[in-house]
Amino acid sequence: MNHLLLGLIVLPLIGAALILLTDGESESGLRNIRWTALFATVATFVLSIIAWKAFDPTSAAFQLVDEAAWLSDKIRFKLGVDGFSMPFILLSTFLMPFCIVASWVSVEKRVKEYMMAFLVLEALMIGVFSALDLVLFYLFFEAGLIPMFLIIGIWGGKRRIYASFKFFLYTLLGSLLMLIAVMVMYHQAGTTDIPTLLAYKFPASMQTWLWVAFFASFAVKMPMWPVHTWLPDAHVEAPTAGSVILAAILLKMGGYGFIRISIPMFPDASLYFAPLVFTMSAIAIIYTSLVALMQEDIKKLIAYSSVAHMGFVTMGLFSLNMQGIQGAMFQMVSHGLVSGALFLCVGVIYDRMHTREIAAYGGLVHRMPRYAVIFMIFTMANVGLPGTAGFVGEFLTLLGAFRASPWVAFFATTGVILSAGYALWLYARVVFGKLEKPSLMSIQDVTGRELAILVPLVVLTIWYGVQPGAILDLFAVPTEALLKSTQAAAQAAQSVASAVR
Amino acid sequence: MHMVQAIVFLPLLGFVIAGFFGRMIGNRPSELVTTGFLILGAVFSWIVFFDVGFGKGAFKEALAPWIVSGALSVEWSLRVDTLTAVMLVVVNSVSALVHLYSIGYMHEDPSRPRFFAYLSLFTFAMLMLVTADNLVQMFFGWEGVGLASYLLIGFWFEKPSAVAAAMKAFIVNRVGDFGFALGIFLVFVLTGSVGFDAIFPKIAGLANTKFHFIGSDFDAMTLACLLLFMGAMGKSAQFLLHTWLPDAMEGPTPVSALIHAATMVTAGVFMVARLSPLFEASPTALGVVMFVGATTAFFAGTIGLVQNDIKRVIAYSTCSQLGFMFAALGAGAYSAGVFHLFTHAFFKALLFLGAGSVIHAMHHEQDIRRMGGLFKVIPFTGTMMLIGTLALTGFPLTAGFYSKDAIIEAVYAAHHGPTSYAFILLVFTAGLTSFYSWRLFFVTFLGPKRWGHEAAHGHDDHAHASHDDHGHDHHHEPHESPVVMLIPLALLALGALAAGLVFHDAFLGHGYEHFFKAAMPLGPDNHILHDMHGVPVWVQYAPTFMMVSGFCLAYIFYIAKPHLPHQLAEGQPILYRFLLNKWYFDELYDFLFVRPAKRIGHFLWKTGDGKIIDGFGPDGVSARVGLLSQTVTRLQTGYVYHYAFAMLIGLALVITWYMVAGAHS
Repeated sequence: MNHLLLGLIVLPLIGAALILLTDGESESGLRNIRWTALFATVATFVLSIIAWKAFDPTSAAFQLVDEAAWLSDKIRFKLGVDGFSMPFILLSTFLMPFCIVASWVSVEKRVKEYMMAFLVLEALMIGVFSALDLVLFYLFFEAGLIPMFLIIGIWGGKRRIYASFKFFLYTLLGSLLMLIAVMVMYHQAGTTDIPTLLAYKFPASMQTWLWVAFFASFAVKMPMWPVHTWLPDAHVEAPTAGSVILAAILLKMGGYGFIRISIPMFPDASLYFAPLVFTMSAIAIIYTSLVALMQEDIKKLIAYSSVAHMGFVTMGLFSLNMQGIQGAMFQMVSHGLVSGALFLCVGVIYDRMHTREIAAYGGLVHRMPRYAVIFMIFTMANVGLPGTAGFVGEFLTLLGAFRASPWVAFFATTGVILSAGYALWLYARVVFGKLEKPSLMSIQDVTGRELAILVPLVVLTIWYGVQPGAILDLFAVPTEALLKSTQAAAQAAQSVASAVR
Repeated sequence: MHMVQAIVFLPLLGFVIAGFFGRMIGNRPSELVTTGFLILGAVFSWIVFFDVGFGKGAFKEALAPWIVSGALSVEWSLRVDTLTAVMLVVVNSVSALVHLYSIGYMHEDPSRPRFFAYLSLFTFAMLMLVTADNLVQMFFGWEGVGLASYLLIGFWFEKPSAVAAAMKAFIVNRVGDFGFALGIFLVFVLTGSVGFDAIFPKIAGLANTKFHFIGSDFDAMTLACLLLFMGAMGKSAQFLLHTWLPDAMEGPTPVSALIHAATMVTAGVFMVARLSPLFEASPTALGVVMFVGATTAFFAGTIGLVQNDIKRVIAYSTCSQLGFMFAALGAGAYSAGVFHLFTHAFFKALLFLGAGSVIHAMHHEQDIRRMGGLFKVIPFTGTMMLIGTLALTGFPLTAGFYSKDAIIEAVYAAHHGPTSYAFILLVFTAGLTSFYSWRLFFVTFLGPKRWGHEAAHGHDDHAHASHDDHGHDHHHEPHESPVVMLIPLALLALGALAAGLVFHDAFLGHGYEHFFKAAMPLGPDNHILHDMHGVPVWVQYAPTFMMVSGFCLAYIFYIAKPHLPHQLAEGQPILYRFLLNKWYFDELYDFLFVRPAKRIGHFLWKTGDGKIIDGFGPDGVSARVGLLSQTVTRLQTGYVYHYAFAMLIGLALVITWYMVAGAHS
C-alpha cells in the first residue's frame, strides 16, 4: 500500500499551512506567498505524474488504494483511483499552477487568503476524484464549495455577493438531497464503501429515489438546464483563476458523480431516466446556445457555451454505450482545457481594460496579433473543429447519442451550427474590425508570463485533438466494465419494454 | 511511397514556417518557402497521377491511429487511387500557381506571410480531405478547408463586410456539416464502420433496410446519402446553401481562384464521387442530386446575367458549373462529373486569376461598368480571359467542350431521376453561361473605354494600407501585370485548352476502366457511360447551338446595340431586381433564421432564465425568506468566514452523528 493519493491531498494543504505562517503584509512576504503557492502546486503536479506512472490503465480495478479507520470501521477514510478518476486528478493538478501564475499580479488584495483558498480547493478537488467512501466523497464534494464561495465572494466583481449567494443556494439544495440519499444507502447496504456499493444491487424502486436525490446534486453542479442560471453569474463575478477552476474542474464533479455513482449503482433508474436526461441535454444545448448568441458580456457568453458543452456530456453519459460514455468523459477533459484557456484569454484583456463588455473591444488584432492567434485556436476548439480536442468529445457523444436515440442526436447536432454562430461572432466583435476605440490604442500584446500559461494549453488542445488516445484509452477499460455490469439491467429492462409493446 | 507523404505534409510545414516564423524570417522568404513547397508538391502530384492512373494503381499508407472507441476505429491514413490522384493534381497545380501569382498580386500587402501561411494551410486541409480513407478524416479536411476559407475570406479583417462574409461562409457550411455529421453517424450505425473499404462491401446487404429517423421510416441508404449530400450542398454552394459563395468574393482574388472556384467548392463533388457505391444503392438519392444540381446550374446562371462585379459574375458561374457536376453525378456518370471538376479547375482558376489581373490593372476597380476597351491596354490578360471564356462556354476542342457536353449527354441518357427537367434546364443554362461569359468579356475588354481619371478607388479589393504607402506611385492608366502573375495564367490557359482533348478518353471513353480501375465502381445496372455515347445527334449539338446563341445574343446586347440591356432592365423592373438581388435569398434567410434566432435567444435569456428560472428559483426564494438582504450585509462585513466554517463544521457534525449512531444501532 502506498500513500501517493494521500500525498496529493496533503501536499497543497502543507503549502496552505506554510502560507498561513507567512507574513502577508510586506512585499517580500507576498513574494514568498506567491512562490510557495506555485511551488506547492507544481510539486503536486509532479506527484500526480508519479501516480499516473504507477497506475495500470489496463485494469478496471481501483488502484493506489489507501485506507484507514475513520468514523467507524464501516465508514473508512479510503482513497483510490481508476481510469475514470485518474484523468481528472491530472487535469486538476495540471491547471492549478497556471491559475497561480494567472493570479500573480492581477490579485492585489488579500493575497495570502487567496492563495490559501486555491490550495485548499485543490486538495478538496483531488479528494473528490479519489474518495472511495461515499461519506468521504460527500464531504469533499460539498467542502469544495466553500473555497469557491470565498473566491467569488471576496475577490469577485461588483455583484459578487449576489453571485456567490446564488451559487451557494443552488448547490445547497442539491447537496441536502444527496446527504439524505447517502444515509439511506448506508442503512440499506450497511456500508459506504464505494467498491462494495458498486457491486450491491439496490431494489429497483429504491434506485429511482436515490437516483433522483443524487441527480439533484449532480445536475446543479454540471450544470444542466434548467438549474444552470447560477453559472453565468458565478463566472462573471469570479476572478479569472476562479473561473478557470470553476469551468475546468468544479463542473466536472457533476459528470464524475454520474459515472461514479448514478449510472453504476442505479442502472435500472439510469435507464428509466435516460430519456429525461436526453431531453434536458438537448434543450440545454439549443437553449443555452441561443442565449449565448445574445450575450453582451464575454464571460457570460463563454459560461453559457459551457452549459451547452455540458449538455453533450450528460447526453453522452446516458446514451450508455461505448462511444457516448468515452466521448462524454473525453469531452469533460477537453472542455476543462479549452474553457479554462478561454477564461484565461478573457483574463488577459480584462487585466488590461477592466471590462468584460464585448462592445468595449474591437480590432484587437492590430495591437495584439499573438493574442488573436491564441484566441482563434481556442475559439475553434470551442466550436469543435476536427484536429482540436473539442472535436473528439463532441463527435463521440453525438455518435453515441445517435445510436441511442436519433431524435436526440438530431437536435443536439444543431449545436454545431449554433456554437459556430456565437463563438465566431464573439471573436469577430472582439478581435476583428478596425481599432477605433481610444482606450484600446495602447493595449499591449500578451506578455511572456501569459504566453507561458497559454502556449502549453494550445499545444495540448491540438495534441489531444490529433492523438486523443492517451486519454481516451484510460477511459476505455472502466467504460467496458461499466457497460458490462449495466448490460444485464439494460437487457432486463428491454425485455420488459418489448413485453409491454 | 513517401512521395505522397511529402505531397500532403509539405504545405503543412510551409504553413508552420510562414505562419509562426513569418515575422522572423521576413516576407520574401515566407513567400518563397511556401511557394517552393507547393511547386514541389505539384510536380510530385503529377508523378503520382501518372503512376496511379496509367501505371500500377491505387495504394494506401497508414499513418497513425486517431479515435478508437469500442467498435469505432478511425485512423489517420492516406488513400491514393485514381480519383484521389486527379484531385491531387488539381489541388496542387492550382495551389502552386496561385501561390506564385500571389507573390505579384499581394506585393503591396503588409501581411504577406500570414496570407501565404493560410494558403498553405488550406492546401494541407484539402489534401487531407482528398486522401481520406474514412469519413471522419474526410470530415477533418472538410472542416479544415472551412477554417482556411474563413480565415482567407476575412483576410482583410478591418473591413466589416469581409468579416461578415467569413462568418457567413463558416456558419452556412456548418449547416451542411450538420447533415454530414448525421450521415457519418448513420453509416456507422448501419455498417459498423467509418472506413471506406469496410463500408462499401456491406452496402449490398443493406438494400431495403429501413431506418426510423425523426418520426418516419426511411430507406436507410437513401437517408444516409441525403444526409451526406447535405454536407456536399454546403461546401459546394448548391441551391439553398449557396448564399455564402458570392459573399466569399470579399477575400483576395487569388483566394477566390484557389478555394472558391477550383478546389474547395468541388469537395462536395469529390465526396459524392468517393461515396459512389453508397449513392449507387439509392436511385432516389441520385435523383435528388440531379435535381439539386440542375436547379443550381439554372438558378445561378440567371443571377450571373445581371451582376456587375467582375468577381461575382465568375462566382455565380462557378456555382452554376458545380450544379452541372452534380447533375452528372446524379445521372450516375461519376466520371463525367469528376472530369468537369478537372477541366473546370483550369479554366475557372484562369478566369479568376485573369479577373485579378484586370483588377490589378484597374487599380482595384471591380465594377465592369467602369471598364471597357481593355483588350488593347492589357492584351495578354485579355487573351487569357478569352481562352478561359472559350473553355467555359464549351467552344469545340477546348476543355469545357468535352466535359460539359458529356454531362448534358449523360443527363439525357440517365436511367432514372428527373432527367427531362435536368436536361432542359442544363441545355438552357449552357446558353445562359455563354451569354454572361461573353457579356463579361465584351463589357470588360471591348467597346468604349469607361474608365478615366475620375474613376475613384472605391469598391476596392485590397486597397487599404497599401494606399498610404504606394498610392502616390500609381499611374491611373491600366497596366499589364508583372510576369510572376502572367506565368500562372499561361499555364492555366494551356490546361484550359488541352485538358479536355488529352484526357477525355481516360475519363469517359475506352480508357475508363484502365484509368479509374476500382476507384468509382459502377453498379451492375449502370450503363450510363456506354449509353451517353449513343444519344441522338440533336442532343449532341444542343449545347453547342446554345453556346453560339448565347454568344450572338451577348454580341447584339453589348457590342451591336449597347442600349438594349438598359431598355430591357427598365421594361422588366421586377424580374431585373429579382435577379439583381439574387432571388432575395439573403433577405429570406435573415427573416427566417437569423432574426428569429436572435429574438428567441433574447427571450430565453431575459424571460426564460431571468423571469422564470431565477424568478421562481433563487431570487424568488431569497426574496421570500428575506435571506438575501441579511446575508448581503453580513457577507460584506467579513462574516463570510464564519458563515463558511459554520457550514463545514455543521455538515461534518450532522454526518458524523448520523453515521456513528447508525453504525451502533
